[in-house]
Amino acid sequence: MRIGIPAETSAGEKRVATVPEVVEKLIKLGFTVAVQSGAGDAANCSDDAYRAAGAEIIDGAAKLWAESDIVFKVVAPTSAEVALMREGGTLVGFIWPAQNPELMQQLAAKKATVLAIDALPRMLSRAQKMDALTSQAGVAGYRAVIEAANVFGRFFNGQITAAGKVPPAKVFIAGAGVAGLAAIGTAAGLGAIVRANDTRAEVADQVKSLGGEFVKVDYEEEGGGGGGYAKVMSEGFQQAQRDMYAKQAREVDIIITTALIPGKPAPRLITAEMVQSMKPGSVIVDMAAERGGNCELTEPGQALVKHGVTIVGYTDLNSRLAKQSSTLYGTNLFRLAEELCKNKDGVINVNMEDDAIRGLTVIKDGEITWPAPAPKLAAVAKPAAAKPATAPAAKGHGSAGAPASAGKIVAIFSVVALLFLLIGAYAPAAFLGHFTVFVLACFVGYMVVWNVTPALHTPLMSVTNAISSIIAIGALVQIAPPTVLGLDRPDGWILWLAVAGIALTAVNMFGGFAVTKRMLSMFRK
Amino acid sequence: MMSSSLTSVAYLGATILFILSLGGLSNPETSRRGNLYGMIGMTIAVLATVFGPRVTMEGLPWIIGAMVVGGSIGLYAARKVQMTQMPELVALMHSLVGLAACLVGYANYIDPMASLNLSHAEKAIHEIEVYVGILIGAVTFAGSLIAFGKLAGKIGGKPLLLPGRHFLNLIGLLVVIAFGYQFLHAETIDAGMFALAVMTVIALLFGIHMVMAIGGADMPVVVSMLNSYSGWAAAATGFMLNNDLLIVTGALVGSSGAILSYIMCRAMNRNFISVIAGGFGGGAPAKKSGGDAQPVGEVVSISAVETAELLREAKNVIIVPGYGMAVAQAQHTVNEITQFLREKGVNVRFGIHPVAGRMPGHMNVLLAEAKVPYDIVMEMDEVNADFPDTDVSMVIGANDIVNPAAQEEPGSPIAGMPVLEVWKAKTSIVMKRSMASGYAGVDNPLFYKENNRMLFGDAKKMLDEVLVALKA
Repeated sequence: MRIGIPAETSAGEKRVATVPEVVEKLIKLGFTVAVQSGAGDAANCSDDAYRAAGAEIIDGAAKLWAESDIVFKVVAPTSAEVALMREGGTLVGFIWPAQNPELMQQLAAKKATVLAIDALPRMLSRAQKMDALTSQAGVAGYRAVIEAANVFGRFFNGQITAAGKVPPAKVFIAGAGVAGLAAIGTAAGLGAIVRANDTRAEVADQVKSLGGEFVKVDYEEEGGGGGGYAKVMSEGFQQAQRDMYAKQAREVDIIITTALIPGKPAPRLITAEMVQSMKPGSVIVDMAAERGGNCELTEPGQALVKHGVTIVGYTDLNSRLAKQSSTLYGTNLFRLAEELCKNKDGVINVNMEDDAIRGLTVIKDGEITWPAPAPKLAAVAKPAAAKPATAPAAKGHGSAGAPASAGKIVAIFSVVALLFLLIGAYAPAAFLGHFTVFVLACFVGYMVVWNVTPALHTPLMSVTNAISSIIAIGALVQIAPPTVLGLDRPDGWILWLAVAGIALTAVNMFGGFAVTKRMLSMFRK
Repeated sequence: MMSSSLTSVAYLGATILFILSLGGLSNPETSRRGNLYGMIGMTIAVLATVFGPRVTMEGLPWIIGAMVVGGSIGLYAARKVQMTQMPELVALMHSLVGLAACLVGYANYIDPMASLNLSHAEKAIHEIEVYVGILIGAVTFAGSLIAFGKLAGKIGGKPLLLPGRHFLNLIGLLVVIAFGYQFLHAETIDAGMFALAVMTVIALLFGIHMVMAIGGADMPVVVSMLNSYSGWAAAATGFMLNNDLLIVTGALVGSSGAILSYIMCRAMNRNFISVIAGGFGGGAPAKKSGGDAQPVGEVVSISAVETAELLREAKNVIIVPGYGMAVAQAQHTVNEITQFLREKGVNVRFGIHPVAGRMPGHMNVLLAEAKVPYDIVMEMDEVNADFPDTDVSMVIGANDIVNPAAQEEPGSPIAGMPVLEVWKAKTSIVMKRSMASGYAGVDNPLFYKENNRMLFGDAKKMLDEVLVALKA
């Protein structure tokens, strides 16, 4: 089947749905690929590069749409584009079915099959490779920091120079989703002091892992809304959150906001007063500008100076890093194509039994199938089933998992006590001395051997084997003991038994140590 | 000549050195010194005995002769043995300890000096010690010989399951106890000797029967268990001879083997008793029918060239070796591939399951032999969390230890056994000779997973091809 890549038509959109490197892989899956002439120009992918990768270059959108079985898009198509589409064709791209009901009707009328990459069930771990929202958000988060650095008048990292000391920039990042985390990593990489907040407390570790500091809101409420998004919080929480933001605004140099709630306008986190309270020369990058902005003073698509603070409200952060965004997006779509075309024969199969594919498919052969039912419980049930696998770690002095139950311990102790009582009552003193040594040695062995690393279990066995040839002593003392008069000792028999015993253990003694030495000398870093 | 006190002090020194020797194995860095401690300890112990008060100079030529003969055989074997044959060698050596324990026991019994000046209770205890010492020695000897035969492929790996085998063992135990009673009350050495001989025969049969009933996959447990037995045999001999050094050393070795057996059993999620009782390793029919769910899906095979391509494009690779790697002697090629990939900046690591191979730590030794750096060879618990971030996981000649059924199918015979979660990697490649199931006789749903590829063929040959393709 033929995959068509049209040029993106929306204003300022520089991305393209695939790049030459990915075209090669698509062709390996058995597809043919057609690219509209100039589609990749803004993303530094020339027609020649596509051609070299094996794609056909087609002039004009009309011809491309008409000749493609499958169309890969970035932005949702306009009605003009839908009109160009082939009857019963397949479309893959960002569709946003909730926000674009009319578009959905038009596509359905075309008997199209539409896979909305934004409708991917993100909690399926298998779907992560196709998660374009994540890949694009990561790029945008990176770019947001770069934009902030661009208009910020100082270094990000602190320096001590001959001309004096420069303090590091303080960056506050609101929302630690994918974009927020990418921003944290980028800003921390530039040397800034990074703080971040999110209503979902579980992301605190991720923030720390990227070099940021997690700022808590002083209020108890859990903000996970399912599917990796946040939910709207209560009034009391919002008040506490506002106080925290106001405090951060006074302290930091740069604020990057990424807070979005699905299907709702972006929450207002930064008020005009907070902007006023910021130091002159500070920067706000509002990544939620397209959805109304997290900052009251944001103007979508523009960078303005208000109250001495530069407020960046660009909505095209991805297009500002078009090559990177396109490459990642193209790879996401390639992964999707792999899922659709398991036989590598260039024919797609929209398998509605597959949870990931089912979620993506918003229109199937002209029939609207959105929203998809919640994925089957398989994904949820798995972690529960996997639980027994978490075997207790074999470390330390015999910490063998859960401690034994009290009843069991009592039982063991009583048996041992009884045994000791019997031995104490009947055994002669000489035996008890040896018995003490024996029991203590068992414990020493137990303690020592638990510390042996599993990698050395074979050398452990061969060295203990060598050591157990200590039994030679038993034979040695029998071979020629000082004679005691008046005893009829079968010397000959004993001698030969002892000699055989010594020879056997000598094999072990020398062989065991030698082979252990040979093995251990192989263990190298 | 050394005095009795001097000998005791030398024994104490040897004991400490043996403990330090085992302690040294906690880390590869210190392990070589640990082995040296062991040798010094053994030398001290032997010299102190030979020059101690209990050996006269008349015995010296005999001792030297026996030592030279046995020592040269041992050194020769140690030099010649291939690392893949380590389990056999260790099993064979255990049998020697068992046999020596028997010989010493017999020699002690016929030696009238041993029970000289003993009170009645002391004499009874001494005779119990002799009896038990020979019993453990004989079981160790016979069991280890059979284990050696199984490991060397001289005896089939399938468990031999006699009808009513638990019953047979029970009868054997009762007969041993009955003759033990007779042995204790024997008037003359000759009368006792009969009971002793009958018991030895039963112990030998018991040792043979015990190991025959255990399947190939359970061999790591058996080898470590026999290791433990050889220690207990030494300890029993120590009681018999009133020698604390033997008791301590035997107890050290015995508990070491017992712990290893325990670790191995836990790694297979099996009960120690059930392993010893046998009948699992070859797939007992009753259990086999329990795994009802036939895996669904398709087996996708892959060529060596495609494997090389996957490896070249990967950033994180985890290799999971199994017994198949040992059989095919593929460890050197594995190392070459590892080195090549590491030079290209690929993060290659190894995931070792505790029961991979036929002996505890078998895989580690093979990889060390091939000069794979030990800091990239990880334990199961260390790598299991990293599989989701891994691009390619490569399974070389392993099956049960990577079987997802252990986690996903509660009805599976291996359910609950900890396994390496290779299927969580983006792509898993399984190198295998055929679709045959592993020792547990359980079908492996991993092969049918959509992100799994099968590379069929002899591990060594296929890896050689992969290496050629990588370098091309």
